[in-house]
Amino acid sequence: MLIVLLTYAVVAVVCLVGHRRSDSWAFPVSVLPHAVGFVWLVSVAPGVLDGTPLVASFEWVPALGLSVDLRVDGFGLLMGLLVTGIGALVSIFSVGYFPATTDRARVAGLLGCFAAAMLGLVWADGLLTLFVFWELTSVASFLLIGTDDRSATARAAALRALLVTGAGGLSLLAGLILLGLAGGTTTLSGLVTADPTGGVVPVALVLVLVGTATKSAQFPFQFWLPGAMAAPTPVSAYLHSATMVKAGIVVVARLAPTFADVGAWRPIVVVCGVGSVLLGGFRSLRQQDAKLALAHGTVSQLGLITILVGLGTPATTYAGVAVLLAHALFKASWFLAVGAVDHATGTRDLRRVRGVRRSAVLATGIVLAAASMAAVPPTLGFVTKEGALEGLLEGGTGWPGALALVGVVLGSVLTVAYTVRLTVGLLGDAPHDPATDHAGGHDHRPGVLLVVPPAVLAVLGLVGGLAAGPVGAWLARVAASLDPASSDGALYLWHGFTPALGLSALALAGGTALWWATRSATATTDAPRSLSTVGYDRAYEALLVGSRRVTGVTQSGSLPLYLGIVLLTVAAASGTAMVVSRDWFDWATVPLANSPLELVACAATALGAVAVVLARQRFGAALALGGSGYLLALVFLLQGAPDLAVTQFLVETVTIAVFLLVLARLPQRFSGAPDWAPLGVRIAVSLVVGLTVAGFALQASTARTEPSVAEEYVARSEPEAGGRNVVNVIIVDFRGFDTLGEITVLAIAGGGVVNLVAAARREQRRKQLLDGADVEDLSGRAPEVWR
Amino acid sequence: MSLAQAALIAVLFSVGTFLVLHRSLTRIILGVGLLGNGVNLLILTSGSVPGDAPILGEGATDLTDPVPQALVLTAIVIGLAIVAFLLSMAYRSWTIDGNDVVEDDLSDRRIAAEPDVAEDFGEET
Repeated sequence: MLIVLLTYAVVAVVCLVGHRRSDSWAFPVSVLPHAVGFVWLVSVAPGVLDGTPLVASFEWVPALGLSVDLRVDGFGLLMGLLVTGIGALVSIFSVGYFPATTDRARVAGLLGCFAAAMLGLVWADGLLTLFVFWELTSVASFLLIGTDDRSATARAAALRALLVTGAGGLSLLAGLILLGLAGGTTTLSGLVTADPTGGVVPVALVLVLVGTATKSAQFPFQFWLPGAMAAPTPVSAYLHSATMVKAGIVVVARLAPTFADVGAWRPIVVVCGVGSVLLGGFRSLRQQDAKLALAHGTVSQLGLITILVGLGTPATTYAGVAVLLAHALFKASWFLAVGAVDHATGTRDLRRVRGVRRSAVLATGIVLAAASMAAVPPTLGFVTKEGALEGLLEGGTGWPGALALVGVVLGSVLTVAYTVRLTVGLLGDAPHDPATDHAGGHDHRPGVLLVVPPAVLAVLGLVGGLAAGPVGAWLARVAASLDPASSDGALYLWHGFTPALGLSALALAGGTALWWATRSATATTDAPRSLSTVGYDRAYEALLVGSRRVTGVTQSGSLPLYLGIVLLTVAAASGTAMVVSRDWFDWATVPLANSPLELVACAATALGAVAVVLARQRFGAALALGGSGYLLALVFLLQGAPDLAVTQFLVETVTIAVFLLVLARLPQRFSGAPDWAPLGVRIAVSLVVGLTVAGFALQASTARTEPSVAEEYVARSEPEAGGRNVVNVIIVDFRGFDTLGEITVLAIAGGGVVNLVAAARREQRRKQLLDGADVEDLSGRAPEVWR
Repeated sequence: MSLAQAALIAVLFSVGTFLVLHRSLTRIILGVGLLGNGVNLLILTSGSVPGDAPILGEGATDLTDPVPQALVLTAIVIGLAIVAFLLSMAYRSWTIDGNDVVEDDLSDRRIAAEPDVAEDFGEET
């Protein structure tokens, strides 16, 4: 298992790194890991299908209990075979498809990365492992859709796919974590065994379903998938029809047998599924681009598979696995065939394609794939569709099951109609149009590499149908890994005149009739944009514009305004808290002043502070600040804090000295008044802040409920530290580390000052030199020094 | 705490706030200095009642609480560091443009002026 993943990794790295000179080798080489993986899976298949899954677990973050848990069971085996098998054919196809102008090594390397991530996803057992691989496939898909990075359309489509699937991935993660917590487990297999109920489980399941719906392009998140057709056709065939879009189905399939009865699971699965089936089929009928028509068809088919595996009964689970296989074969075949047509004729427009019939192999492949897609006997598409209808007819799931049956039958009608329309459009000859015929030297027969892979897949679909018995039995062993009760499932090419056969015939007849009735109406018009796409674009645009508007309103760029808002918020919040608490201090306990001298000192300090504002010149303001500071030292002293008074006195002296040094340089008067708010507002803000703080101070000083820790310090000061000045003892002894931190801050600030002054000196010297230089000379040819 | 002290705190904070809301860096620094003084007074007066200096062995009995004093002592010194650093920034600002005005953020202004200019989304497929 690990060797397979490592092979992918090595080849991907070689492709992504080693394409300096030529890259024609990239796609041939990229077949190798697919082949290794496929052969390995075939070799382990018998044991796995007998019910002994291969398990591998690697410690990831042991401290957090995180590990990478991989587990290949029957379903993982089937998905692995699809990923590697179709991957190999897509790689072979790509050799012939991509022109030398494409960065082939990049595409090949990314496809390898994607395949490895996809294998990890389908084999993941750990819930977080699943999520990680899930997101890796999203990222690979983003990069591959955006292969043509010069096209704005491709970039937008890639981004849209990433945003939708990425957001869904987060939803999935939340759901998985909740499920894991509820079940007390970190693995999918453990979750199925634990079967947690109640509490958050229904919510978690909805989150999981949102995630799977985004990934599998289910209504209402289906809109990213048609956009993803901006990717090269092999990429679309591989990621967006056969493998990645099945990721959501993989998760649904693993959980449904256990959780389908819980909460809103079945209604959500069926409503989203039927919505996708009908919407996808309907929109497919209206596309002129064959590839887009296929993409909408994929949405429809994915809806069908989601319904089947999501209903969670043994019969539908079995049918879902079968349809999944059939769909992967015929849809990848279709995409590759359309890619070949595009390559050969230069267009995918159903109104213009001509001459496809000249390549018999390609035409045969298209017809066979079409037969399987439209569920025409005796193809695999037919026998699996029969199985699906039988599973749905079995019932037992209430109204969701009935709704699903109606939706699937209507969807089958639409499927037949768009399949016939596509087939006729591709194989029929459009009328000659001088404007487009032979444009750009196209219109040649496609090469062998382009026609064989789709034909192989299409033939497999036919063989699978003819060998319905053995294939059905094999699929039963696969489905048994999801739900042991599915092990008696079987596929029949013919099992008598049953209601399912009647519905199949109805779908074929109705679909053909629908195509005939609408063929002229859908022949010319281009399809309008879907509502979901419009909605997504509007939401995305509104988010960007809205965030810029919010930025514009909140970020005016004015620092004083920001500061004012911050201060006002602080004052308003704490002021409101004080008013609301009603736990007011008692005014009677607060004296006017502790001593007459204190009253005088406080008044003088306040006057000094006001003088700082009123001063018109910088010197005067600085001196007023110093005076206010000196008087504050007196207030400290009266409070019984001589150490503070001394420190304040010294510090104020140094501050004034520094002020005067700097102010000697600056203009004498202050620059213009601030313009962000009128004077009255600024004064009001200041008063609110000041009064709130004062109120807080009064409140806090009367709010003591416990004795101060000081008693301890006072008691220990002499015996333990040998000092009598308790404040000094606290600073240098009891709280010595705080003081160390303080000194560090001082040192950092000192370093900053030294650097700033040094930089300012350099600047000044430069200016002086500039002033001395010839101005004209500078504007023209600056001396070498200034360059 | 007395009303006189509370009133002084109110004045120091009001004046300090008024000053830091200016554009002149010198005035902002003056405001920071006054705010620092106000904070120190706030901590000291709301955390302790006036009494004798907390120095042992001199017969004093009514010692005031030494803990707020220790905190404020540290804060005074840090306040000096801040003011000195800001002043050197003002000096640097002067060497660049001859004054010490705090300008608006230009890119913020641009966004505020044209909030509706959104990115190019590309065409729809």
